[in-house]
Amino acid sequence: MAAGKPDKSELDKGRKKRAFKKNLVAYSFIAPNFIGFAVFTLVPITFAFLLAFLEWDGNNPVKFVGLENFKALVKDKFFIASLKNTIIYSIGTVPLTLVSSLGLALILNREIKGRAFFRTLGFFPYVASLVAVTSVWTMFFHSSKGPVNAVLYYVFRVPKENLPNWFTGSLVLLMLILFSVWRFMGYYMVMFLAGLQTIPRELYEAGTIDGANAWQRFRFITLPGLRPTTFLVSVMLTINCFKIYDIAVMLAGGSTNTLSVSSMVLVYYIYQNAFNFWKLGYSSAVAMVLFVLVLAVTLIQFKGQSKYANE
Amino acid sequence: MNSVKAMRILSKSILYLLLAIMTVLMILPFLWMLSSSVKLDREVFNMNPFVWIPEKPRWQNYVDIWTKVPFFKYVQNTVFLTIVVTCLQILTSSFAAYAFAKLDFKFKDRLFFAYIATIAMPWQVYMVPQFLMMRSFGLNDRLLAIICLQAFSAFGVFLMRQFYLSIPDSLCEAARIDGMSEYGIYARIMLPLSKPAIATLTIFTFVATWNDYLGPLIYLKSQDKKTIQLGLKMFINQYSSEYGLIMAGSVMSLIPVIIVFLCLQKYFVEGIASTGIKG
Repeated sequence: MAAGKPDKSELDKGRKKRAFKKNLVAYSFIAPNFIGFAVFTLVPITFAFLLAFLEWDGNNPVKFVGLENFKALVKDKFFIASLKNTIIYSIGTVPLTLVSSLGLALILNREIKGRAFFRTLGFFPYVASLVAVTSVWTMFFHSSKGPVNAVLYYVFRVPKENLPNWFTGSLVLLMLILFSVWRFMGYYMVMFLAGLQTIPRELYEAGTIDGANAWQRFRFITLPGLRPTTFLVSVMLTINCFKIYDIAVMLAGGSTNTLSVSSMVLVYYIYQNAFNFWKLGYSSAVAMVLFVLVLAVTLIQFKGQSKYANE
Repeated sequence: MNSVKAMRILSKSILYLLLAIMTVLMILPFLWMLSSSVKLDREVFNMNPFVWIPEKPRWQNYVDIWTKVPFFKYVQNTVFLTIVVTCLQILTSSFAAYAFAKLDFKFKDRLFFAYIATIAMPWQVYMVPQFLMMRSFGLNDRLLAIICLQAFSAFGVFLMRQFYLSIPDSLCEAARIDGMSEYGIYARIMLPLSKPAIATLTIFTFVATWNDYLGPLIYLKSQDKKTIQLGLKMFINQYSSEYGLIMAGSVMSLIPVIIVFLCLQKYFVEGIASTGIKG
């Protein structure tokens, strides 16, 4: 036994040394990304939470104001407008994109000629640069010269003075929604296509034998089978909608990149308060509202995911 | 029997009709862009009659855009940023993902939690403090700022880790027994196997960096630092009625993304499908 003792500690030492080396190797793998991630993401995130309770213009001394920024938000009509517009935009965009991307996926899931071509095509609006495609859209819907209003004028005989001005007033949100559906449809279509592959073929065969028609097979086999995908797509879409900025600025911002009350969105208001007014604390308070919105949707997602995992 | 056949033909026709409408909607803006890019400004909106290809295509638009604005500088900046960011992103996140997927070490869960915790955190929430921090580092109005901002995303680590998890551990075990170092396993076994994930991450990062607008808008102020998106937008704001030129610039801004996308798209579809569903 006496001889065994030093052996054991020797063994321990060796084990520790090996564990230490193992950790070191692992850290060397993680370090390049983690250091960048910590400095450029984690630190600013911490800072963002602090900033919401401060008053600061970036130069003068910082002042702690507690909840004042949040109190001011409630009375700010521009904030209310941007929150309202963001939510209306999301409520419009999410279901429309959902339906059209699902429809597209159902069509492209069948054996048709040129399927790969169509799938690629659906992706073009998503990968194309936003400045390029939004400038086409603003030309299409140009109030006096655009082809859309030309059709309304020549074909539907809408009098000149009644031709809609698509990028102002209440129509602008509709424009943002339609554009977003067009742009994102192909992306979510791919997710639905993947979801469709997970539904077992036998279910359809059994359904056909039992005499279910196409609609019944869709309603009772496809839709339930796609539930996890539909759920995930809705969550991703909603979060992306909350983050809208550049689409709004490029479609409705005109040549000065400014949005009016009718098209203002949350991220625009964050940007404006920070970089135009230098009200950094206030801007961060708006950012916190965006964060809470996204967090709420994410929590719903986690709940739902565990539910589907149990099914 | 006949009515069944008729129904089948009918449903097939409806299917193709829907597909045709979709195709037109998808492709029309791009055709319009191409067509307008070789027109004179006054021809662009000429509806009566509307022609897709003008009698005398104005190729001059594609020449003028380079002299009217420093378009070459924009292209240079954008290409530089996109390549550096994409390479850094792929290298660092595949590296980190290997450790999270295949190695055991102290604080593994806690470190990974730091990444997970930021899922619900849109960049837009912390873009302002991030700018203030970068400014204090002296990175304002420098391309390096955009690199720092884009190259270390949590998303890349997730995507790669997800893929590595699907590669059997026994493969690494066998290599370890053969005396291969972890770096060797990463470089010679994991990397070659993860082509689809790398292709997906490449497209995502490439497209995001190439098309990014808000990031460059916040950081890049001087003319010679601007990217294509910023420059093009500025050009549109300045010469809003030079439609032919705007469209020529737009067409050129699309070409690189479309080439990269077409080369890698086979993997891409697999990629979003798998990461999306499992994510």
